[in-house]
Amino acid sequence: MNKKLMSIALTAAAVGCVAGTTAFADGNVLNIQCWNEEFKTRLTDHYPGYEEVDGTHGKIGDVDVVWTITPSDDNAYQNHLDEVLPVNEEAADDEKVDLFLIEADYAKKYINSEVEVTEKIADLGITDDELANQYQYTKDVVTDAEGNLRGVSWQGCPGVLIFNREAAKEVFGTDDLDTVQEKVKDWDTFKATAAELKEAGYSIVSTVNDTYRVYSNNVTTPWVVDGKLNIDDNLMKWVDDSMEMVEAGETNTFELWSDDWAKGFFPDGKVFCYFGPAWLINFSMHADEEGSIANLGGWGAVEGPQGFYWGGTWIAAAKGTDNPELVADIIRKLTTDEGIMTDIVKADSDFVNNKPAMEAAAEDDSFAFAVLGGQNPLAMFCAGAEKIDLSNMGDYDQGCTEEFQNAMKNYFDGNASKEEAIELFKTAISEKYPDLVVE
Amino acid sequence: MRNKHKAVSYNKWGYIFLIPFVTVYIVFQMIPLFTTIYNSFFENYMSGLKQIGPNFVGLANYKALFASGDIWKYLRNTMIMWIMGFVPQIFFSLLLGAWFSDSMLRVKGQRFFKTVIYLPNLIMASAFSMLFFALFSDGGPINTILVSLGIFKEPYKFFSHVWSARSLVAFMNFLMWFGNTTILLMAGMLGIDSSLFEAANVDGATSTQIFFKITLPLLRPILVYVLITSLIGGLQMFDVPQILTNGTGDPMRNTMTLIMYLNKHLFSKNYGMAGALSVVLFIITGILSIIVFRATGDRQKAR
Repeated sequence: MNKKLMSIALTAAAVGCVAGTTAFADGNVLNIQCWNEEFKTRLTDHYPGYEEVDGTHGKIGDVDVVWTITPSDDNAYQNHLDEVLPVNEEAADDEKVDLFLIEADYAKKYINSEVEVTEKIADLGITDDELANQYQYTKDVVTDAEGNLRGVSWQGCPGVLIFNREAAKEVFGTDDLDTVQEKVKDWDTFKATAAELKEAGYSIVSTVNDTYRVYSNNVTTPWVVDGKLNIDDNLMKWVDDSMEMVEAGETNTFELWSDDWAKGFFPDGKVFCYFGPAWLINFSMHADEEGSIANLGGWGAVEGPQGFYWGGTWIAAAKGTDNPELVADIIRKLTTDEGIMTDIVKADSDFVNNKPAMEAAAEDDSFAFAVLGGQNPLAMFCAGAEKIDLSNMGDYDQGCTEEFQNAMKNYFDGNASKEEAIELFKTAISEKYPDLVVE
Repeated sequence: MRNKHKAVSYNKWGYIFLIPFVTVYIVFQMIPLFTTIYNSFFENYMSGLKQIGPNFVGLANYKALFASGDIWKYLRNTMIMWIMGFVPQIFFSLLLGAWFSDSMLRVKGQRFFKTVIYLPNLIMASAFSMLFFALFSDGGPINTILVSLGIFKEPYKFFSHVWSARSLVAFMNFLMWFGNTTILLMAGMLGIDSSLFEAANVDGATSTQIFFKITLPLLRPILVYVLITSLIGGLQMFDVPQILTNGTGDPMRNTMTLIMYLNKHLFSKNYGMAGALSVVLFIITGILSIIVFRATGDRQKAR
């Protein structure tokens, strides 16, 4: 299989690729694994020649595209990948997973796995030069221990503080970006502002979990040190700061993605701000729904107390794919083609993984985001993307993050002391990862 | 002599007709049962994509299971939520069963009501839980109504308080299963010789007396059956609390049942720990069933 693949890659390199018109000689079915509709929308809207057939099927030339969408909840997506990927090479050609998507939280698991489940990007015939414009951190996430790149992303995910302009006008008298930034410039000021907003009937954030990523991206130690579970001081600061705000009634303890959490996307939800990257604004904040704040262009973006990143989707080629050329072409088109990438920014208000293009766009008013009331936040994202530091990322991040938030909810809700909640977290981790030492 | 001989040759067919059941039982019940016990003695799980084990570790899994003591807490949760759901369930089922089967009352539209009370059982437990989760969420319709009626000043967090969360689980189990129990009990009641009721009426017994002195004692075998099946079902309670609490068993794992705990070990495909827990659950179920069986009267009749 490997030999066949190599030969295909070599022929491809020798023949050269006539962009867009290449008749792909590989398999007839392109199987894509993902957890939501985001990538499907990107491919439908921006990949030349993609035709949608129905909700889970499409066509690229003669190749049938089959989407398998497994939600991330309760780890279902990863469980599914764990089942299919290790046996992918033995599967029948039309059943083989060709392309799958991964998130930063668990990318390392698939990149560094003992059983190789991803193809090296270099083996697909994509050279480092082609990827030169991409942000370094997007490569660090998906580089394995030996230094091989095993995934590519079309987006960058530096986060900003997204605030409700109406609320700012009502409470601070202005929605001027500098004034708002001044109100949220560090955590102490943030907490003071929370009290001010509460007087006016606003929650500063929808839930304590909104600020979690900002703290967790600024940790100084990873979750696991030498096989032992480790809770960073900055995460405990999140717990303490959050508890203060919950006790003062300034925010709530909803779970992220719940209906209660999403209420603030509408004016009646009375939420002052959310923390998130570009995809949150565009993809999650009900931008296409009449009456939502995003639809009215009622959000504004400022840097907030600290820089952070959140999520991001990487495209990986599954080991054993029978469509390496098509996969390589999709990666090229979506992550290196400047024309397509700027289209994505314009059409979807996403922040794409192309440094020069983004820096140019930051200066260009035509890239203003409608959801942000005409503000162009790209300069902020550019600055954020440069600063992203992934040195404390590890294999266990997603499970730890999820269980930490779940356990601490009990503390915030007054059902447990801080110590009891931490004990609960440790119990949950020892169940989830029996190989970790939990003390 | 000739008769006896015939009976023996028919027996052969009896065994032949049993083959499909026995095969299915062995493949899907016996073998998994024994492999579960076998697996419980091994360290066998996944760390990411890496398989660890299987290594024989003797009773280490059992030791780990009992060392934390959590298992008793989850057993307690399970039993509490089962009893909270079972008591109203048996009460309403007996009441409805008695009404429906009473020839003196002649309840109209019986078929309609029998269908309606069975309906909740037809909805998938997961869909039902999602519905309740949405209804009782912090900003959900129930809270909106309660606040606008002035009963609560601010939304009540149903899922953040031990007893409200447990009550919701119990209430949902009650709703889902009381129809089923009613049908079973009614069948039992209809099986009682109606001349006994007539005789009691002639003797001037009140309907309360008839219920307690005639219906209940004669219903005992069915009651024992209902109790044991419900107990076993209750010990395996999973879908409702799992979905209602998003798998966390919040608050502080006070709604976490034994099977939810089992499910936690399946995140890492920890067949060793999960196997050990299953074996313990098997033993607990066995013991409780025997207790119920003995406590509900003499075994001759129950059989």
